[in-house]
Amino acid sequence: MMRKEIKKIYYIARKDLKAYYLKPPLISWGLMLPIVFILAFYFRNPQGIEEVTPGLVGLTILFSATSMAAIVITFEKRTEALERLLMAPLSLRAILVGKTLGSAFFGLLMGFVSMVLVTLFFGLKITNPLSLALALILSSLAFALIGILISVGVREIFEAMTMANFFRFPMVFLCGVFFPVKAMPVILQVVGFCLPLTYSVDALRQSLLPDGGLLHRWVDLLILAGFT
Amino acid sequence: MAEVIRSEGLSKKYGELVAVDGVSFSVHEGEVFGYLGPNGAGKTTTIRMLVGLTRPTSGEALVNGYSILSDPVRAKESLGVVPESSNLYGELTAWENLIYMAQLYGLPKKDWAPRAEELLKDFGLYERKDSRFQGFSRGMKRRLTIAAGLVHRPRLLFLDEPTTGLDVMSARGLRQVIRKFKEKGVTVFLTTHLIQEADELCDRVAIIAKGRVRIIDTPTNLRNQAQDTEVLEIKTHPGFPSVPKEMESFPEVERVIFLEDKLRVLGKSVHKAIPRIVGFLNEKGTEILSFQTKTPTLEDAFVKLTGVDAEVMRVDKPQKMKGVG
Repeated sequence: MMRKEIKKIYYIARKDLKAYYLKPPLISWGLMLPIVFILAFYFRNPQGIEEVTPGLVGLTILFSATSMAAIVITFEKRTEALERLLMAPLSLRAILVGKTLGSAFFGLLMGFVSMVLVTLFFGLKITNPLSLALALILSSLAFALIGILISVGVREIFEAMTMANFFRFPMVFLCGVFFPVKAMPVILQVVGFCLPLTYSVDALRQSLLPDGGLLHRWVDLLILAGFT
Repeated sequence: MAEVIRSEGLSKKYGELVAVDGVSFSVHEGEVFGYLGPNGAGKTTTIRMLVGLTRPTSGEALVNGYSILSDPVRAKESLGVVPESSNLYGELTAWENLIYMAQLYGLPKKDWAPRAEELLKDFGLYERKDSRFQGFSRGMKRRLTIAAGLVHRPRLLFLDEPTTGLDVMSARGLRQVIRKFKEKGVTVFLTTHLIQEADELCDRVAIIAKGRVRIIDTPTNLRNQAQDTEVLEIKTHPGFPSVPKEMESFPEVERVIFLEDKLRVLGKSVHKAIPRIVGFLNEKGTEILSFQTKTPTLEDAFVKLTGVDAEVMRVDKPQKMKGVG
Protein backbone atom coordinates (compact mmCIF):
# COMPACT_ATOMS: atom_id res chain seq x y z
CA MET A 1 0.00 0.00 0.00
CA MET A 2 2.73 2.41 1.03
CA ARG A 3 4.86 1.67 -2.02
CA LYS A 4 1.89 2.14 -4.30
CA GLU A 5 1.20 5.53 -2.75
CA ILE A 6 4.79 6.65 -3.18
CA LYS A 7 4.69 5.67 -6.83
CA LYS A 8 1.47 7.61 -7.32
CA ILE A 9 2.97 10.63 -5.56
CA TYR A 10 5.80 10.52 -8.04
CA TYR A 11 3.40 10.32 -11.00
CA ILE A 12 1.42 13.30 -9.73
CA ALA A 13 4.54 15.42 -9.34
CA ARG A 14 5.86 14.36 -12.74
CA LYS A 15 2.58 15.08 -14.51
CA ASP A 16 2.38 18.56 -12.99
CA LEU A 17 5.89 19.42 -14.06
CA LYS A 18 5.19 18.20 -17.55
CA ALA A 19 1.85 19.95 -17.89
CA TYR A 20 2.48 23.31 -16.31
CA TYR A 21 6.10 24.40 -16.51
CA LEU A 22 5.40 26.50 -19.59
CA LYS A 23 2.27 28.25 -18.33
CA PRO A 24 2.41 32.04 -18.90
CA PRO A 25 1.77 33.09 -15.28
CA LEU A 26 4.53 30.77 -14.21
CA ILE A 27 6.99 32.21 -16.66
CA SER A 28 6.13 35.81 -15.86
CA TRP A 29 5.89 35.51 -12.10
CA GLY A 30 8.15 32.60 -11.41
CA LEU A 31 11.06 33.22 -13.75
CA MET A 32 11.06 36.73 -15.13
CA LEU A 33 10.89 38.49 -11.82
CA PRO A 34 13.99 36.95 -10.24
CA ILE A 35 15.91 37.35 -13.50
CA VAL A 36 14.94 41.01 -13.67
CA PHE A 37 16.07 41.47 -10.08
CA ILE A 38 19.40 39.82 -10.74
CA LEU A 39 20.04 41.88 -13.86
CA ALA A 40 18.92 45.10 -12.22
CA PHE A 41 21.32 44.60 -9.37
CA TYR A 42 24.09 43.56 -11.64
CA PHE A 43 23.86 46.60 -13.91
CA ARG A 44 23.51 48.98 -11.03
CA ASN A 45 26.54 47.79 -9.18
CA PRO A 46 28.52 44.92 -10.73
CA GLN A 47 30.94 44.83 -7.80
CA GLY A 48 28.33 44.49 -5.11
CA ILE A 49 26.48 41.64 -6.77
CA GLU A 50 28.14 39.10 -4.48
CA GLU A 51 26.39 40.55 -1.46
CA VAL A 52 22.92 39.97 -2.88
CA THR A 53 23.38 36.69 -4.77
CA PRO A 54 22.35 34.40 -1.91
CA GLY A 55 19.25 36.49 -1.50
CA LEU A 56 18.51 36.39 -5.21
CA VAL A 57 18.85 32.63 -5.32
CA GLY A 58 16.46 32.37 -2.40
CA LEU A 59 14.12 34.79 -4.14
CA THR A 60 14.17 32.72 -7.32
CA ILE A 61 13.16 29.65 -5.38
CA LEU A 62 10.48 31.57 -3.53
CA PHE A 63 8.88 32.97 -6.68
CA SER A 64 9.10 29.86 -8.82
CA ALA A 65 7.97 27.36 -6.19
CA THR A 66 5.02 29.42 -4.94
CA SER A 67 3.93 30.29 -8.49
CA MET A 68 4.05 26.68 -9.58
CA ALA A 69 2.09 25.45 -6.58
CA ALA A 70 -0.51 28.19 -6.89
CA ILE A 71 -0.92 27.58 -10.61
CA VAL A 72 -1.15 23.82 -10.41
CA ILE A 73 -3.93 23.81 -7.85
CA THR A 74 -5.94 26.78 -9.10
CA PHE A 75 -5.83 25.64 -12.71
CA GLU A 76 -7.03 22.22 -11.79
CA LYS A 77 -9.69 23.57 -9.49
CA ARG A 78 -11.06 25.65 -12.34
CA THR A 79 -11.16 22.87 -14.87
CA GLU A 80 -12.40 20.49 -12.16
CA ALA A 81 -9.49 18.23 -13.04
CA LEU A 82 -8.48 18.28 -9.38
CA GLU A 83 -11.49 16.05 -8.80
CA ARG A 84 -9.85 13.34 -10.84
CA LEU A 85 -7.24 13.03 -8.13
CA LEU A 86 -9.88 13.00 -5.42
CA MET A 87 -11.72 10.25 -7.30
CA ALA A 88 -8.61 8.15 -7.72
CA PRO A 89 -7.69 5.54 -5.14
CA LEU A 90 -5.13 7.45 -3.12
CA SER A 91 -5.16 9.35 0.15
CA LEU A 92 -5.50 13.10 0.42
CA ARG A 93 -2.06 13.17 1.99
CA ALA A 94 -0.57 11.54 -1.08
CA ILE A 95 -2.22 14.12 -3.34
CA LEU A 96 -0.86 17.03 -1.29
CA VAL A 97 2.61 15.54 -1.08
CA GLY A 98 2.61 14.91 -4.83
CA LYS A 99 1.53 18.45 -5.61
CA THR A 100 4.07 19.90 -3.18
CA LEU A 101 6.93 17.83 -4.55
CA GLY A 102 6.18 18.87 -8.12
CA SER A 103 6.30 22.53 -7.20
CA ALA A 104 9.28 22.12 -4.94
CA PHE A 105 11.18 20.36 -7.69
CA PHE A 106 10.46 23.22 -10.05
CA GLY A 107 11.65 25.72 -7.41
CA LEU A 108 14.73 23.65 -6.80
CA LEU A 109 15.53 23.45 -10.47
CA MET A 110 15.18 27.20 -10.89
CA GLY A 111 17.17 27.87 -7.75
CA PHE A 112 19.86 25.55 -8.99
CA VAL A 113 19.98 27.19 -12.40
CA SER A 114 20.18 30.67 -10.95
CA MET A 115 22.87 29.50 -8.56
CA VAL A 116 24.96 27.97 -11.31
CA LEU A 117 24.60 31.20 -13.27
CA VAL A 118 25.66 33.45 -10.44
CA THR A 119 28.58 31.24 -9.43
CA LEU A 120 29.76 31.02 -13.03
CA PHE A 121 29.44 34.66 -13.93
CA PHE A 122 30.18 36.32 -10.62
CA GLY A 123 32.78 33.85 -9.49
CA LEU A 124 31.33 32.87 -6.12
CA LYS A 125 32.85 29.95 -4.31
CA ILE A 126 30.69 27.35 -2.68
CA THR A 127 32.07 27.06 0.80
CA ASN A 128 29.79 24.34 2.02
CA PRO A 129 28.12 22.11 -0.58
CA LEU A 130 26.15 19.99 1.87
CA SER A 131 24.42 22.82 3.66
CA LEU A 132 23.92 24.52 0.29
CA ALA A 133 22.11 21.50 -1.08
CA LEU A 134 20.00 21.18 2.04
CA ALA A 135 19.20 24.89 1.99
CA LEU A 136 18.04 24.68 -1.61
CA ILE A 137 15.89 21.61 -1.01
CA LEU A 138 14.31 22.79 2.22
CA SER A 139 13.62 26.26 0.83
CA SER A 140 11.90 24.73 -2.19
CA LEU A 141 9.71 22.55 -0.01
CA ALA A 142 8.82 25.35 2.39
CA PHE A 143 7.92 27.75 -0.43
CA ALA A 144 5.98 25.15 -2.39
CA LEU A 145 3.87 24.58 0.71
CA ILE A 146 3.23 28.31 1.01
CA GLY A 147 1.98 28.21 -2.58
CA ILE A 148 -0.26 25.23 -1.90
CA LEU A 149 -1.67 26.93 1.17
CA ILE A 150 -2.48 30.05 -0.83
CA SER A 151 -4.13 28.16 -3.67
CA VAL A 152 -6.45 26.26 -1.36
CA GLY A 153 -8.27 29.48 -0.49
CA VAL A 154 -8.71 31.04 -3.93
CA ARG A 155 -10.62 30.33 -7.13
CA GLU A 156 -8.86 32.16 -9.94
CA ILE A 157 -5.27 32.29 -11.11
CA PHE A 158 -5.03 36.04 -10.73
CA GLU A 159 -6.33 35.80 -7.18
CA ALA A 160 -3.71 33.19 -6.44
CA MET A 161 -0.99 35.42 -7.85
CA THR A 162 -2.23 38.45 -5.94
CA MET A 163 -2.38 36.46 -2.74
CA ALA A 164 1.04 35.01 -3.39
CA ASN A 165 2.49 38.47 -3.87
CA PHE A 166 0.87 39.61 -0.68
CA PHE A 167 3.11 37.11 1.08
CA ARG A 168 6.08 37.33 -1.22
CA PHE A 169 6.79 41.03 -1.47
CA PRO A 170 7.12 41.68 2.26
CA MET A 171 9.51 38.75 2.37
CA VAL A 172 11.65 40.36 -0.30
CA PHE A 173 12.36 43.27 2.02
CA LEU A 174 12.18 41.71 5.44
CA CYS A 175 14.28 38.63 4.96
CA GLY A 176 17.74 39.92 4.28
CA VAL A 177 17.68 39.61 0.53
CA PHE A 178 19.00 43.10 -0.23
CA PHE A 179 20.16 44.30 3.15
CA PRO A 180 20.94 42.46 6.35
CA VAL A 181 18.11 41.70 8.73
CA LYS A 182 20.24 43.15 11.52
CA ALA A 183 20.12 46.57 9.86
CA MET A 184 16.36 46.82 10.19
CA PRO A 185 14.39 48.32 13.09
CA VAL A 186 13.76 45.81 15.86
CA ILE A 187 10.06 45.40 15.10
CA LEU A 188 10.76 44.52 11.50
CA GLN A 189 13.52 42.22 12.63
CA VAL A 190 10.99 40.30 14.68
CA VAL A 191 8.73 39.97 11.63
CA GLY A 192 11.73 38.94 9.55
CA PHE A 193 12.58 36.18 11.94
CA CYS A 194 9.06 34.80 11.59
CA LEU A 195 9.41 34.36 7.83
CA PRO A 196 11.03 31.32 6.25
CA LEU A 197 12.92 33.22 3.57
CA THR A 198 15.14 34.78 6.26
CA TYR A 199 16.52 31.41 7.18
CA SER A 200 16.74 30.29 3.60
CA VAL A 201 18.78 33.34 2.59
CA ASP A 202 20.93 33.15 5.68
CA ALA A 203 21.80 29.51 5.06
CA LEU A 204 22.51 30.18 1.40
CA ARG A 205 24.70 33.15 2.30
CA GLN A 206 26.85 31.08 4.56
CA SER A 207 27.19 28.37 1.97
CA LEU A 208 28.13 30.75 -0.80
CA LEU A 209 30.10 33.49 0.91
CA PRO A 210 33.05 33.28 3.22
CA ASP A 211 31.71 35.74 5.83
CA GLY A 212 29.45 34.70 8.65
CA GLY A 213 25.68 35.02 8.76
CA LEU A 214 23.08 35.73 11.37
CA LEU A 215 22.80 32.30 12.90
CA HIS A 216 24.83 29.22 12.43
CA ARG A 217 23.93 27.65 9.10
CA TRP A 218 22.77 24.41 10.67
CA VAL A 219 20.44 26.32 12.96
CA ASP A 220 19.03 28.00 9.86
CA LEU A 221 18.45 24.68 8.20
CA LEU A 222 16.81 23.27 11.26
CA ILE A 223 14.39 26.18 11.45
CA LEU A 224 13.67 25.86 7.75
CA ALA A 225 12.89 22.19 8.23
CA GLY A 226 10.58 23.23 11.04
CA PHE A 227 8.67 25.54 8.69
CA THR A 228 8.32 22.72 6.21
CA MET B 1 -27.87 -11.68 -6.79
CA ALA B 2 -24.84 -10.02 -5.32
CA GLU B 3 -25.21 -6.51 -3.98
CA VAL B 4 -22.74 -4.11 -5.53
CA ILE B 5 -23.93 -0.92 -3.88
CA ARG B 6 -25.79 -0.69 -0.64
CA SER B 7 -26.83 2.72 0.58
CA GLU B 8 -28.34 3.12 4.01
CA GLY B 9 -29.89 6.40 4.99
CA LEU B 10 -27.31 8.42 3.09
CA SER B 11 -27.80 12.14 3.76
CA LYS B 12 -25.99 15.31 2.88
CA LYS B 13 -26.71 18.72 4.33
CA TYR B 14 -25.11 21.97 3.25
CA GLY B 15 -25.95 24.21 6.16
CA GLU B 16 -29.72 24.48 6.18
CA LEU B 17 -30.11 22.91 2.76
CA VAL B 18 -30.77 19.20 2.69
CA ALA B 19 -29.41 18.03 -0.65
CA VAL B 20 -29.90 14.32 -0.06
CA ASP B 21 -32.31 13.19 2.61
CA GLY B 22 -31.75 9.66 3.87
CA VAL B 23 -31.67 7.61 0.68
CA SER B 24 -31.51 3.83 0.92
CA PHE B 25 -31.28 1.42 -1.98
CA SER B 26 -29.22 -1.44 -3.29
CA VAL B 27 -27.84 -2.06 -6.74
CA HIS B 28 -27.38 -5.65 -7.94
CA GLU B 29 -24.52 -7.05 -9.91
CA GLY B 30 -24.82 -6.66 -13.66
CA GLU B 31 -27.78 -4.32 -13.76
CA VAL B 32 -28.14 -0.83 -15.14
CA PHE B 33 -29.58 1.16 -12.27
CA GLY B 34 -31.10 4.51 -13.16
CA TYR B 35 -31.26 7.40 -10.75
CA LEU B 36 -33.88 9.64 -12.26
CA GLY B 37 -34.92 13.06 -11.12
CA PRO B 38 -35.11 16.74 -12.04
CA ASN B 39 -32.11 19.01 -11.74
CA GLY B 40 -31.31 19.81 -8.15
CA ALA B 41 -32.97 16.64 -6.85
CA GLY B 42 -29.73 15.41 -5.29
CA LYS B 43 -28.52 13.03 -8.00
CA THR B 44 -24.98 14.31 -8.32
CA THR B 45 -24.61 14.69 -4.57
CA THR B 46 -25.58 11.03 -4.16
CA ILE B 47 -22.98 9.94 -6.73
CA ARG B 48 -20.33 12.14 -5.11
CA MET B 49 -20.95 10.45 -1.79
CA LEU B 50 -20.88 6.96 -3.29
CA VAL B 51 -17.57 7.53 -5.08
CA GLY B 52 -15.92 9.19 -2.10
CA LEU B 53 -15.79 12.80 -3.31
CA THR B 54 -18.14 14.13 -0.64
CA ARG B 55 -18.49 12.91 2.90
CA PRO B 56 -22.08 12.15 3.88
CA THR B 57 -23.52 14.08 6.81
CA SER B 58 -25.06 10.85 8.02
CA GLY B 59 -25.75 7.35 6.80
CA GLU B 60 -23.41 4.80 5.28
CA ALA B 61 -22.84 3.06 1.99
CA LEU B 62 -20.96 -0.04 0.93
CA VAL B 63 -19.51 -0.13 -2.55
CA ASN B 64 -18.28 -3.56 -3.64
CA GLY B 65 -18.34 -4.39 0.05
CA TYR B 66 -16.05 -1.52 1.07
CA SER B 67 -17.36 1.21 3.32
CA ILE B 68 -17.11 4.65 1.74
CA LEU B 69 -16.46 6.06 5.21
CA SER B 70 -13.82 3.73 6.60
CA ASP B 71 -12.26 2.26 3.48
CA PRO B 72 -12.58 4.92 0.77
CA VAL B 73 -9.34 4.10 -1.05
CA ARG B 74 -10.33 0.44 -1.62
CA ALA B 75 -13.84 1.49 -2.60
CA LYS B 76 -12.40 3.95 -5.12
CA GLU B 77 -10.09 1.31 -6.51
CA SER B 78 -13.06 -0.93 -7.23
CA LEU B 79 -15.20 1.54 -9.15
CA GLY B 80 -15.03 3.78 -12.19
CA VAL B 81 -16.51 7.28 -12.36
CA VAL B 82 -17.51 9.38 -15.32
CA PRO B 83 -18.36 12.77 -13.87
CA GLU B 84 -20.87 15.10 -15.44
CA SER B 85 -18.20 17.49 -16.65
CA SER B 86 -15.46 16.20 -18.90
CA ASN B 87 -12.66 17.09 -16.55
CA LEU B 88 -9.48 15.56 -17.89
CA TYR B 89 -6.24 17.50 -18.18
CA GLY B 90 -6.42 20.00 -21.01
CA GLU B 91 -2.66 20.31 -21.24
CA LEU B 92 -2.15 16.60 -21.77
CA THR B 93 -2.87 14.63 -24.92
CA ALA B 94 -5.52 11.92 -25.05
CA TRP B 95 -2.78 9.34 -24.72
CA GLU B 96 -1.07 11.05 -21.77
CA ASN B 97 -4.38 11.46 -19.98
CA LEU B 98 -5.10 7.74 -20.14
CA ILE B 99 -1.57 6.79 -19.11
CA TYR B 100 -1.83 9.14 -16.15
CA MET B 101 -5.10 7.51 -15.09
CA ALA B 102 -3.46 4.08 -15.41
CA GLN B 103 -0.71 5.33 -13.10
CA LEU B 104 -3.12 6.78 -10.55
CA TYR B 105 -5.18 3.59 -10.48
CA GLY B 106 -2.06 1.52 -9.96
CA LEU B 107 -2.02 -0.56 -13.14
CA PRO B 108 1.21 -2.48 -13.69
CA LYS B 109 3.51 -0.58 -16.01
CA LYS B 110 3.42 -3.15 -18.81
CA ASP B 111 -0.36 -2.72 -19.10
CA TRP B 112 -0.40 1.07 -19.51
CA ALA B 113 0.22 1.35 -23.21
CA PRO B 114 -1.89 -1.66 -24.36
CA ARG B 115 -4.83 -0.52 -22.23
CA ALA B 116 -4.64 3.07 -23.48
CA GLU B 117 -4.45 1.88 -27.05
CA GLU B 118 -7.39 -0.48 -26.61
CA LEU B 119 -9.58 2.22 -25.10
CA LEU B 120 -8.68 4.84 -27.67
CA LYS B 121 -9.58 2.40 -30.43
CA ASP B 122 -12.83 1.38 -28.71
CA PHE B 123 -13.90 5.00 -28.47
CA GLY B 124 -12.74 5.96 -31.95
CA LEU B 125 -10.09 8.38 -30.74
CA TYR B 126 -6.94 6.54 -31.72
CA GLU B 127 -6.18 8.86 -34.63
CA ARG B 128 -6.26 11.79 -32.24
CA LYS B 129 -4.20 10.20 -29.49
CA ASP B 130 -1.49 12.84 -29.66
CA SER B 131 -3.86 15.81 -29.67
CA ARG B 132 -4.39 17.74 -26.50
CA PHE B 133 -7.61 17.21 -24.62
CA GLN B 134 -8.43 20.94 -24.58
CA GLY B 135 -8.73 20.97 -28.38
CA PHE B 136 -11.33 18.21 -28.53
CA SER B 137 -14.99 18.71 -29.39
CA ARG B 138 -17.53 18.20 -26.65
CA GLY B 139 -18.46 14.72 -27.86
CA MET B 140 -14.83 13.66 -28.08
CA LYS B 141 -14.13 15.02 -24.61
CA ARG B 142 -17.06 13.05 -23.31
CA ARG B 143 -15.81 9.86 -24.94
CA LEU B 144 -12.31 10.25 -23.59
CA THR B 145 -13.71 10.99 -20.12
CA ILE B 146 -15.64 7.73 -20.25
CA ALA B 147 -12.54 5.89 -21.48
CA ALA B 148 -10.61 7.39 -18.55
CA GLY B 149 -13.15 5.94 -16.13
CA LEU B 150 -12.62 2.48 -17.61
CA VAL B 151 -8.82 2.34 -17.54
CA HIS B 152 -8.65 -0.02 -14.55
CA ARG B 153 -11.48 -2.25 -15.86
CA PRO B 154 -13.92 -1.54 -13.03
CA ARG B 155 -16.84 -3.91 -12.60
CA LEU B 156 -18.95 -1.01 -11.38
CA LEU B 157 -19.31 2.23 -13.27
CA PHE B 158 -20.90 5.51 -12.20
CA LEU B 159 -22.15 7.73 -15.00
CA ASP B 160 -23.38 11.20 -14.06
CA GLU B 161 -25.74 12.60 -16.70
CA PRO B 162 -23.78 10.89 -19.48
CA THR B 163 -25.61 12.41 -22.45
CA THR B 164 -26.20 15.94 -21.18
CA GLY B 165 -24.96 18.54 -23.61
CA LEU B 166 -24.39 16.10 -26.47
CA ASP B 167 -26.02 16.28 -29.87
CA VAL B 168 -28.54 13.61 -30.80
CA MET B 169 -26.11 11.39 -32.69
CA SER B 170 -23.43 11.46 -29.99
CA ALA B 171 -26.05 10.76 -27.33
CA ARG B 172 -27.35 7.80 -29.30
CA GLY B 173 -23.82 6.41 -29.75
CA LEU B 174 -23.22 6.79 -26.07
CA ARG B 175 -26.36 4.86 -25.17
CA GLN B 176 -25.06 2.09 -27.38
CA VAL B 177 -21.83 2.07 -25.37
CA ILE B 178 -23.78 1.83 -22.13
CA ARG B 179 -25.70 -1.17 -23.45
CA LYS B 180 -22.38 -2.81 -24.25
CA PHE B 181 -21.26 -2.40 -20.62
CA LYS B 182 -24.29 -4.36 -19.60
CA GLU B 183 -23.49 -7.13 -22.08
CA LYS B 184 -20.04 -7.38 -20.53
CA GLY B 185 -21.61 -7.75 -17.10
CA VAL B 186 -20.49 -4.36 -15.81
CA THR B 187 -22.85 -2.87 -13.25
CA VAL B 188 -23.86 0.66 -14.18
CA PHE B 189 -25.21 3.36 -11.86
CA LEU B 190 -26.52 6.14 -14.04
CA THR B 191 -28.11 9.46 -13.20
CA THR B 192 -30.29 11.23 -15.68
CA HIS B 193 -33.04 13.77 -15.87
CA LEU B 194 -34.26 12.24 -19.14
CA ILE B 195 -37.18 9.90 -18.56
CA GLN B 196 -36.82 8.47 -22.04
CA GLU B 197 -33.19 7.61 -21.38
CA ALA B 198 -33.97 5.86 -18.12
CA ASP B 199 -36.76 3.94 -19.83
CA GLU B 200 -34.50 2.86 -22.66
CA LEU B 201 -31.40 1.89 -20.72
CA CYS B 202 -32.22 0.89 -17.19
CA ASP B 203 -33.22 -2.41 -15.62
CA ARG B 204 -34.45 -0.60 -12.56
CA VAL B 205 -35.13 3.03 -11.89
CA ALA B 206 -35.09 4.97 -8.65
CA ILE B 207 -37.07 8.18 -8.88
CA ILE B 208 -35.60 10.92 -6.75
CA ALA B 209 -37.17 14.30 -6.04
CA LYS B 210 -36.15 16.87 -3.45
CA GLY B 211 -33.41 14.67 -2.04
CA ARG B 212 -35.63 11.65 -1.43
CA VAL B 213 -36.04 8.39 -3.30
CA ARG B 214 -39.78 8.18 -4.03
CA ILE B 215 -39.93 4.74 -5.60
CA ILE B 216 -37.67 2.05 -7.05
CA ASP B 217 -38.96 -0.34 -9.69
CA THR B 218 -38.52 -1.57 -13.25
CA PRO B 219 -39.63 0.85 -15.99
CA THR B 220 -42.43 -1.58 -16.92
CA ASN B 221 -43.79 -1.72 -13.39
CA LEU B 222 -43.57 2.03 -13.10
CA ARG B 223 -45.58 2.41 -16.27
CA ASN B 224 -48.17 0.00 -14.89
CA GLN B 225 -48.52 2.17 -11.83
CA ALA B 226 -50.01 4.73 -14.11
CA GLN B 227 -52.21 2.21 -15.92
CA ASP B 228 -55.40 3.22 -14.13
CA THR B 229 -54.86 6.70 -15.46
CA GLU B 230 -56.27 7.77 -18.77
CA VAL B 231 -54.38 10.09 -21.00
CA LEU B 232 -55.75 12.46 -23.61
CA GLU B 233 -53.32 13.87 -26.08
CA ILE B 234 -54.46 17.02 -27.84
CA LYS B 235 -52.77 18.94 -30.59
CA THR B 236 -54.10 22.43 -31.16
CA HIS B 237 -53.68 25.42 -33.40
CA PRO B 238 -52.41 28.01 -32.72
CA GLY B 239 -50.50 26.49 -29.84
CA PHE B 240 -52.18 26.23 -26.48
CA PRO B 241 -54.60 28.49 -24.75
CA SER B 242 -52.75 30.75 -22.41
CA VAL B 243 -53.96 29.07 -19.26
CA PRO B 244 -54.53 25.34 -19.84
CA LYS B 245 -53.90 24.89 -16.12
CA GLU B 246 -57.49 26.05 -15.72
CA MET B 247 -58.44 22.59 -16.94
CA GLU B 248 -56.98 21.11 -13.80
CA SER B 249 -59.98 22.51 -11.95
CA PHE B 250 -62.27 20.09 -13.83
CA PRO B 251 -63.22 17.24 -11.44
CA GLU B 252 -62.10 14.42 -13.78
CA VAL B 253 -58.76 16.02 -14.61
CA GLU B 254 -55.80 15.34 -12.35
CA ARG B 255 -53.05 17.04 -14.25
CA VAL B 256 -52.35 18.84 -17.50
CA ILE B 257 -48.82 18.77 -18.87
CA PHE B 258 -47.11 20.03 -22.01
CA LEU B 259 -45.01 17.60 -23.90
CA GLU B 260 -43.26 18.78 -27.01
CA ASP B 261 -46.07 20.38 -29.02
CA LYS B 262 -48.91 18.49 -27.40
CA LEU B 263 -51.11 18.84 -24.41
CA ARG B 264 -51.47 15.77 -22.18
CA VAL B 265 -54.48 15.62 -19.91
CA LEU B 266 -54.30 12.98 -17.16
CA GLY B 267 -57.08 11.64 -14.96
CA LYS B 268 -58.79 8.47 -13.75
CA SER B 269 -61.81 8.78 -16.01
CA VAL B 270 -60.77 11.69 -18.06
CA HIS B 271 -62.99 10.61 -21.00
CA LYS B 272 -65.95 11.98 -19.08
CA ALA B 273 -64.40 15.41 -19.29
CA ILE B 274 -64.02 15.37 -23.08
CA PRO B 275 -67.07 17.59 -23.81
CA ARG B 276 -65.94 20.13 -21.25
CA ILE B 277 -62.37 20.14 -22.57
CA VAL B 278 -63.52 20.60 -26.16
CA GLY B 279 -65.88 23.38 -25.07
CA PHE B 280 -63.12 25.05 -23.09
CA LEU B 281 -60.67 24.99 -25.99
CA ASN B 282 -63.33 26.33 -28.41
CA GLU B 283 -64.12 29.09 -26.00
CA LYS B 284 -60.45 30.09 -26.05
CA GLY B 285 -60.58 30.23 -29.84
CA THR B 286 -58.26 27.26 -30.34
CA GLU B 287 -58.65 24.84 -33.22
CA ILE B 288 -58.19 21.17 -32.27
CA LEU B 289 -55.95 19.42 -34.82
CA SER B 290 -55.89 15.97 -33.25
CA PHE B 291 -57.43 14.34 -30.23
CA GLN B 292 -56.31 10.91 -29.04
CA THR B 293 -56.47 8.66 -26.00
CA LYS B 294 -53.09 7.20 -25.15
CA THR B 295 -51.58 4.54 -22.93
CA PRO B 296 -49.64 6.11 -20.12
CA THR B 297 -45.91 6.46 -20.65
CA LEU B 298 -43.16 6.41 -18.07
CA GLU B 299 -43.37 10.16 -18.21
CA ASP B 300 -47.00 10.05 -17.10
CA ALA B 301 -46.07 7.62 -14.35
CA PHE B 302 -43.31 9.92 -13.28
CA VAL B 303 -45.62 12.91 -13.10
CA LYS B 304 -48.17 10.91 -11.19
CA LEU B 305 -45.68 9.48 -8.72
CA THR B 306 -43.64 12.56 -7.99
CA GLY B 307 -45.95 15.41 -8.72
CA VAL B 308 -43.05 16.93 -10.62
CA ASP B 309 -43.98 18.34 -13.98
CA ALA B 310 -42.41 16.36 -16.80
CA GLU B 311 -41.61 19.65 -18.48
CA VAL B 312 -39.25 20.45 -15.64
CA MET B 313 -37.29 17.35 -16.57
CA ARG B 314 -36.87 18.40 -20.15
CA VAL B 315 -34.89 21.45 -19.26
CA ASP B 316 -31.28 20.63 -19.88
CA LYS B 317 -28.91 21.87 -17.27
CA PRO B 318 -27.32 25.08 -18.44
CA GLN B 319 -23.78 24.27 -19.50
CA LYS B 320 -21.28 25.89 -17.25
CA MET B 321 -18.81 28.18 -18.91
CA LYS B 322 -15.47 26.53 -18.54
CA GLY B 323 -12.32 28.57 -18.38
CA VAL B 324 -9.74 27.32 -20.82
CA GLY B 325 -6.40 26.95 -19.14
